[in-house]
Amino acid sequence: MDKEYMIIDGIPVEINGEKNLLELIRKVGIKLPTFCYHSELSIYGACRMCMVENKRGELEAACSTPPRAGMEIRTNVERLRRYRKMILELLLANHCRDCTTCGNNGKCKLQDLAMKFNMSDVRFPNGVTEPEIDNSSPCITRDQNRCILCGDCVRVCNEIQGVGAIDFAHRGAKMKVSTAFDRPIANSPCVGCGQCAAVCPTGAIVVKNDVDAVWKALDDRTTSVTVQVAPAVRVAIGKEFGLPAGENAIGRIVAALRRMNFDRIYDTSTGADLTVLEESEELLERLADEKSTMPMFTSCCPAWVNYCEKSHPELLPHISTCRSPMQMLASVIKEQKDQPDKKRVHVAVMPCTAKKFEASRSEFVKDGTPNVDYVITTQELIQMIKESGIVFSELEPEAMDLPLGVNTGAGVIFGVTGGVTEAVLRRLYAEKSMAGLFAITYKDVRGLEGVKKATIKIGEKELNIAIVSGLKNASELVKQMKSGEEHFDFIEVMACPGGCINGAGQPYVSFSEVAVRGKGLYSADKLSTIKRSEENPLMVELYGGTLKGRVHELLHVEYASENAK
Amino acid sequence: MSTTFDLSIVNEIIDSLGCKPSAIIAILQGVQERCRYLPEEIFPYLSEKLGVSEASIYSVATFYENFSLEPKGKYVIKICDGTACHVRKSIPILEKLRKELKLTEKKSTTDDLMFTVETVSCLGACGLAPVITVNDKVYPAMTPDKAELLLQELREETKDA
Repeated sequence: MDKEYMIIDGIPVEINGEKNLLELIRKVGIKLPTFCYHSELSIYGACRMCMVENKRGELEAACSTPPRAGMEIRTNVERLRRYRKMILELLLANHCRDCTTCGNNGKCKLQDLAMKFNMSDVRFPNGVTEPEIDNSSPCITRDQNRCILCGDCVRVCNEIQGVGAIDFAHRGAKMKVSTAFDRPIANSPCVGCGQCAAVCPTGAIVVKNDVDAVWKALDDRTTSVTVQVAPAVRVAIGKEFGLPAGENAIGRIVAALRRMNFDRIYDTSTGADLTVLEESEELLERLADEKSTMPMFTSCCPAWVNYCEKSHPELLPHISTCRSPMQMLASVIKEQKDQPDKKRVHVAVMPCTAKKFEASRSEFVKDGTPNVDYVITTQELIQMIKESGIVFSELEPEAMDLPLGVNTGAGVIFGVTGGVTEAVLRRLYAEKSMAGLFAITYKDVRGLEGVKKATIKIGEKELNIAIVSGLKNASELVKQMKSGEEHFDFIEVMACPGGCINGAGQPYVSFSEVAVRGKGLYSADKLSTIKRSEENPLMVELYGGTLKGRVHELLHVEYASENAK
Repeated sequence: MSTTFDLSIVNEIIDSLGCKPSAIIAILQGVQERCRYLPEEIFPYLSEKLGVSEASIYSVATFYENFSLEPKGKYVIKICDGTACHVRKSIPILEKLRKELKLTEKKSTTDDLMFTVETVSCLGACGLAPVITVNDKVYPAMTPDKAELLLQELREETKDA
């Protein structure tokens, strides 16, 4: 077929199946501004920032116009600049403009575009009176008055997560994003995945910030602060400090944490090793017992567990009784009785907002304190590093602490969708050679697709496996399962598309860059000396010591129904 | 939230209109016709039945002015405040009714759930201005005094019933 061309700002450009003008314009290196466009979401066309002018002098929204051969458009003419500035001015007229104290300061699209368009004056009186804050969720904070009604949060909640906690309510000047009956977000179907906060261009939805509490614990000399760092954090942090995207920066993270006065620094992937051992054991038990509830779902993702509680309580018996890696490691850490004269605080650095909720669950409170006192996200860790003036890129990488800092490649890949499955398969696969490892790798468990399916032979049994990321995909799969269309034995679910590397606590990047983070984790696995959880020498030690006779008490959980709808 | 609401009404309406997300407006209209408002209890039920989130149903219910989330009175009195009725003094009628029933702009329904007073922008009966309607019955060429008499009549009517 002949190539098709169109003309953008006087330059011929080849059309290559782009679904809209905006994609094509951005491909040729023009950063057309938008608020409401996300390539993974449906097209909304509300913000009107991406308007372009065609040959006949008409205006078209680039996001909702498909490119056609022979089309000629201009993206940057006087009236377009004027319109864009006008839109910004109107948005700002109805927006509280206290940027310096906003949770999204420096990451805000509205702020960024106001700067780019040199907004020196807003001619209209500021229509915003008081902030309207919803602080009910442990994961996110909403402020209605910073909302520009782009609908990104509504679409991500409905289209990607299928949760539907929020939608637009009312209309005209009274329109706002709201839960049903304007209930506090904590009383809605919200599971705290935070993807709304990740796509929010302003500070209308931000992740809860627990940095102050962590600083306070660090400053207290009578307190010993331990910390664990989740796998996905290490491949998302570097770019923020000028390192290449996806680079494994765990050594530098450890160095930074040590300078901030954390007493013991551990890796959540050690907890993941425990999870692999427990979860594969549980799977084998369930497979052996004909009366057991099948299929078995993974339990690592707190947003998924909470989604089941709120929307599919009938699935709860299917969820593995294993605690998440964070909670497994936390309960082992709590058993460490060194420094008995000091108060103890445990902090977890997570790519995840829902972990803040998990940490607050009553199931994980022991002796009156939560096993994880504070969860901070990757973004909050970045803030702490910046606050303390540490030049991250110049740090010499350092190693984790003993005794619990020993981990494996299997634990590290937990941070990417398919990682848990691959790690469990490594455990279950009888063939323990390199070839065995590769055989698993190529069995369709890798890649960022929302749904992956594989059939793998373990001993005499053929295991049907599904790997899902994005809660909407999960609920679709559940539907297929219930209708009898599909049969599975083991299903891994991660709430965020692509897994934890795309968690809402991470710095927000495009989905293609999320893939780079995934690669970072797989190369960290390649570099690790130990590839299988059961070969981690620490495991032998723990199962013979701390965990002896207490595996169920310390590593498993039965979720009380208090969070069910 | 009262749990006594009879969901069988909703079932009847769904059965007649079809259990599909596209019927949502018609279903809400049906419920409102029967209950004179949209009770909160129907939202989780419809959400489950239609596979539409509660927030989205709330979105529809709040988008249209005609849907009410508050219980309305047995008699819904609408005072036309279109241009024709306005210039022929509809506001004094409104004020009279509000005063009689101890209602305000924000509180439009009496505590005994007998009367709701609201304004409407043109009923299309400008020749009869000023017009008010009680439920769906039209009362033409009203005055504050006539409105007061009408209220008395309606009160008598309920006593007899």
